[in-house]
Amino acid sequence: MIHSLFLINASGDIFLEKHWKSVVSRSVCDYFFEAQERATEPENVPPVIPTPHHYLISVLRHRIYFVAVIQSEVPPLFVIEFLHRVVDTFQDYFGVCTEAAIKDNVVVVYELLEEMLDNGFPLATESNILKELIKPPTILRTMVNTITGSTNVGEQLPTGQLSVVPWRRTGVKYTNNEAYFDVVEEIDAIIDKSGSTITAEIQGVIDACVKLTGMPDLTLSFMNPRLLDDVSFHPCVRFKRWEAERILSFIPPDGNFRLLSYHVSSQNLVAIPVYVKHNITFREGSSQGRFDLTLGPKQTMGKAVESVLVSSQLPRGVLNANLNPSQGAYTFDPVTKLLTWDVGKINPQKLPNLKGTMNLQAGASKPDENPTINIQFKIQQMAISGLKVNRLDMYGEKYKPFKGIKYMTKAGKFQVRTYQHFLMVQTSM
Amino acid sequence: MQEWANQLCESRQFGSKMTDSKYFTTTKKGEIFELKAELNSDKKEKKKEAVKKVIASMTVGKDVSALFPDVVNCMQTDNLELKKLVYLYLMNYAKSQPDMAIMAVNTFVKDCEDPNPLIRALAVRTMGCIRVDKITEYLCEPLRKCLKDEDPYVRKTAAVCVAKLHDINAQLVEDQGFLDTLKDLISDSNPMVVANAVAALSEIAESHPNSNLMDLNPQTINKLLTALNECTEWGQIFILDCLANYTPRDDRESQSICERVTPRLSHANSAVVLSAVKVLMKFMEMLPKDLDYYGTLLKKLAPPLVTLLSAEPELQYVALRNINLIVQRRPEILKHEMKVFFVKYNDPIYVKLEKLDIMIRLASQANIAQVLAELKEYATEVDVDFVRKAVRAIGRCAIKVEQSAERCVSTLLDLIQTKVNYVVQEAIVVIKDIFRKYPNKYESVIATLCENLDSLDEPEARAAMIWIVGEYAERIDNADELLESFLEGFHDESTQVQLQLLTAIVKLFLKKPTETQELVQQVLSLATQDSDNPDLRDRGYIYWRLLSTDPVAAKEVVLAEKPLISEETDLIEPTLLEELICHIGTLASVYHKPPSAFVEGSRGVQHKRLPGSTGLGESLESPDTGSAAGGSDAPPAVIPSQGDLLGDLLNLDLTPPATTGPPPPPTSGMQLGAMDLLGGGLDSLLGGDLGGSSAMGAGFGAAPAASPASFSAPVSGGLDDLFDLGGGVGMPMGAYNPPKTVWLPAMKGKGLEISGTFARRAGIIQMEMTLINKAMSVMTDFAIQFNRNSFGIAPAGPLQVLTPLSPNQTIEVALPLNTVGPVMKMDPLNNLQVAVKNNIDVFYFSCQYPISVLFVEDGKMERQVFLATWKDIPNDNESQFQIKDCHLNSDAASSKLQGSNIFTIAKRTVDGQDMLYQSMKLTNSIWVLAELRVQAGNPTYTISLKCRAPEVSQCVFQTYEAVLKN
Repeated sequence: MIHSLFLINASGDIFLEKHWKSVVSRSVCDYFFEAQERATEPENVPPVIPTPHHYLISVLRHRIYFVAVIQSEVPPLFVIEFLHRVVDTFQDYFGVCTEAAIKDNVVVVYELLEEMLDNGFPLATESNILKELIKPPTILRTMVNTITGSTNVGEQLPTGQLSVVPWRRTGVKYTNNEAYFDVVEEIDAIIDKSGSTITAEIQGVIDACVKLTGMPDLTLSFMNPRLLDDVSFHPCVRFKRWEAERILSFIPPDGNFRLLSYHVSSQNLVAIPVYVKHNITFREGSSQGRFDLTLGPKQTMGKAVESVLVSSQLPRGVLNANLNPSQGAYTFDPVTKLLTWDVGKINPQKLPNLKGTMNLQAGASKPDENPTINIQFKIQQMAISGLKVNRLDMYGEKYKPFKGIKYMTKAGKFQVRTYQHFLMVQTSM
Repeated sequence: MQEWANQLCESRQFGSKMTDSKYFTTTKKGEIFELKAELNSDKKEKKKEAVKKVIASMTVGKDVSALFPDVVNCMQTDNLELKKLVYLYLMNYAKSQPDMAIMAVNTFVKDCEDPNPLIRALAVRTMGCIRVDKITEYLCEPLRKCLKDEDPYVRKTAAVCVAKLHDINAQLVEDQGFLDTLKDLISDSNPMVVANAVAALSEIAESHPNSNLMDLNPQTINKLLTALNECTEWGQIFILDCLANYTPRDDRESQSICERVTPRLSHANSAVVLSAVKVLMKFMEMLPKDLDYYGTLLKKLAPPLVTLLSAEPELQYVALRNINLIVQRRPEILKHEMKVFFVKYNDPIYVKLEKLDIMIRLASQANIAQVLAELKEYATEVDVDFVRKAVRAIGRCAIKVEQSAERCVSTLLDLIQTKVNYVVQEAIVVIKDIFRKYPNKYESVIATLCENLDSLDEPEARAAMIWIVGEYAERIDNADELLESFLEGFHDESTQVQLQLLTAIVKLFLKKPTETQELVQQVLSLATQDSDNPDLRDRGYIYWRLLSTDPVAAKEVVLAEKPLISEETDLIEPTLLEELICHIGTLASVYHKPPSAFVEGSRGVQHKRLPGSTGLGESLESPDTGSAAGGSDAPPAVIPSQGDLLGDLLNLDLTPPATTGPPPPPTSGMQLGAMDLLGGGLDSLLGGDLGGSSAMGAGFGAAPAASPASFSAPVSGGLDDLFDLGGGVGMPMGAYNPPKTVWLPAMKGKGLEISGTFARRAGIIQMEMTLINKAMSVMTDFAIQFNRNSFGIAPAGPLQVLTPLSPNQTIEVALPLNTVGPVMKMDPLNNLQVAVKNNIDVFYFSCQYPISVLFVEDGKMERQVFLATWKDIPNDNESQFQIKDCHLNSDAASSKLQGSNIFTIAKRTVDGQDMLYQSMKLTNSIWVLAELRVQAGNPTYTISLKCRAPEVSQCVFQTYEAVLKN
């Protein structure tokens, strides 16, 4: 099971350690630092690192490495999932998961870690239960505690932990009863240089914010449940009912939670909401190249494409770029060669365009790499897969809740490959 | 309030925020002293703040152990937070202050009886974390109570405490009967208690490999499956991992477990999903393939695996390593999902490399066009490691999917045109492999390759290029110039390149002897005289001797036909794969090593097997893993890397020739020239050596049985043996040759009686005959002829009966045979019809030769090739035999068989049963693979034979029987 945890910041300092069994010397992290040194980018540090006596399993979140030390055979996914849960809990408790926030709340952090794991076995990882055990720090509570001398540790048994619905605490009361669901879809795609789709898939989630009194029993049905053939549910969802009727039936946790995540694979036809026209040209014998990029919407069912951000790693040989955006602003970092263009909203009447020249190192030949263009965007009020909620019903309680459903589509890893034109110089006599 | 204000002012760097970061600022001298005073303060609030500061210091690694008594004094409090903080401190420092820790015992005992279950649970939790021997025995009573507590929250905490205690003092836990109590908890009414009991037992079982802790029977399985639905995600992981150890009684039980586990595939926690995949992959083995449910299950496995790939990169990595195993075992699950493995340019490098590997495993004729287009794209990326691997991948595609070879080659040529240095080098390395796989097909590209000769600076690429030049020397006009250019810096080259250069130049010389004499002499002297590397020197001497004594043999050796390289050389061995499938989701699956290879924490892990699968694939395993199972720290079995494979390929030039008939007499001028060229210098150089080794050769020739002096050439025989040794075969025992039997009785032979047998000596098949003249007259003019036969056996020379055979005279004759005669299938297969003529008449008889005379000396298959071949040969071709009354142990059997060119490739011991994996190759290049099972104390051996030509199995079996029993 999980032996110890080290938190390491971007500059390689161990700023927190926690041991659930015997103490493991922090020198074990030297193996991690070695791997970190070998990695070209922070995110390239391998997640599992063997050392003579231990294994180090790490995740990188919010520029902090969470390094778990294990000594015996433990499923690595178990460890990684747990580390994610730690990160989520910190974020939940402190609003952000940064080194400063963790240091600011070090005692709560320590208490949390102690509650989350016992001798390496996960104990309480549900945020509802944790919050019953350890109250999240708020400015107000810190003030109150300071003045009254009371503590942020709960005094009662976390009742939820033993009930049939461990994810929900009992005795929940609200004056306004509301249930909101967000259907958020991320589209991952690789578009090849000629504009055709190599692969495209959708990762969807339904996130819920449920503030309902008592023990409500909800059902959620879809217009087109057939789309959902690859789903992962929150433990509250009754799987049998889904198998039989394709209806989500559940007693919701209190507060925010992820009801389900789903995957629409590349085998289904996935609509691509934007297109890119690109023209990157290098001239033989010249140290200049031309760059021309136009974005446009397609298959968006009339919805606007917003918050568009284009980024691209230009070839190493590019010294600088003089570009002219038709809208938004661009930056080019001559050190990392990263070009970013904050486009904003796409106006279908006047397509955004970025055009200009790139300067190569003098005498350098045509660069070898073809830059890939990364696009981020958002489309409100549309789920690109076409998923639609049919109805939401509540049983078990008498009041009428307020219900709301929102849809949104975002770009996940949306990449467009380019190629370079290569103009031969025409020599005329 | 005033104090607070002061403290806040002190923590300047964090501004006025009221946070814990103030604890980080207490670095000044006298800190401990101050804390001590605060801890002993009367004010509750101040006490608590002090404990908080202590904890904060402890967290950042400062030593605050000196405050132990003061902190323990704060323990008796009603304030839950303070109690918890003190407990935190205790866990950390009890070890370093064991005497002080005893002070805490009373509080624990008291807290274990607190009316609040939260406090009871907290106490039992903390108790177990105090790793002090002295204390543990005081804790047994409270723990026993808590294990039977009315509140399940306390019971589940106590269950984990048993595991903690076991870690500290295993004997105590057993003596106190806690293990039995823990086992009872598996039947607890609360699913969380069940899950924790399972987790605790699994952890204890890991250090107790032989104890029967997890006694899984259908009843407990049912309990577990019920608890599975209701416990937390972590509990589900423990239960699923435990279920995976169970072996269902039949396919119906297997199916019912699968049905109840399948819903876990839709869990949001990826560890639950992967553990469920493990259970399903294992139990699926028991389901009949024609069952509808089997197909349904296969379909259900793909989506969750694909979903794992959309998770965070760390999760993806672990998932990909496991998918790599799954696609090797059951490629059908993901065969339509190629696209999800396409690489995104901002994937971390460790994800990219894994995806690439799986892409190649899934590559097939149906998707190869897409795959190649992707690979070509990757080859223009920025990351050098990734680009290299992508180029290699193109080569692997060419070798795997024959139809794509041409397109792969042209893609590689395109890449070579980019002139990107490392791309060119990788491309050349893989093109060499493609040449090996498809000889005489793509040699037209050699010219393009040669253009890039100068840019090669990596040893592997240089070696590959040199190999190509040597191999195709006759088609490259300036091969000698090219090789000569490499020779200039011979001493600066790496060994790999030097060896290759040596071989290539010898090849060139054998192909174009007239122009390259100087070159070959130069390289031989460089290799033998100026080098300190024994490998290089030995190879140099061997070539030198070969060229000087028998250029024809040299040609046969150096230019021997090379076996084609196999398609999937990087496959994990089937047994290891099966074991790893049983360990899906674990570290073993990430490293593709058996758990026994992990020294720490696995004291004698038992090997897991997939249930239900039959035949030999199941038990095939390398000796590495076999010995590792015994707990030794043998090197872990890893996937053969590309590097090993290439090394082997390059060295193949040295394997003995496949055809082993006696060399035809040297006649051509070129060969004589070669003798002249090298003979003189060589004698002086090699004088002693030559004598010694020819004596050695003769010794080898004479070693088996009492063979009549025959005309087998001692030198070439010696050479063959030399090469055998070079190939690492080891000292062979004498081959078994059956005793002579009467083939032609005097009655039928008009007074001529012929008895005889067959033998293989020094690579030459001989027919050894005793001719007795029982007639009254002298016999002369002997001649012999064979009818067409199954393996084309024919006399390699005339029957040497030089003197007339007078009445009552006996003569021993050895007739060398070759296998180049006309072929016709006989029944039985090893039947040979012979006609012997003398001055009296022509006599016909038939005899049967042991098929072992046809087993060639290079019949030892590469292990990886063996595994791939075994899998490749359909099961219908497998035949099983029993050999009764055999009293050898497996090692004796192995060396006995080796004498007859039956080579043991691997040996494995399971439950006292030795399994030998053996290969042999017939003169007509038919491979026979065998698995021999030897049970100690049981005189009956079981042998399974697999061969593409199953007709030979019967004969091979007879050979085994004959060899082993004599």
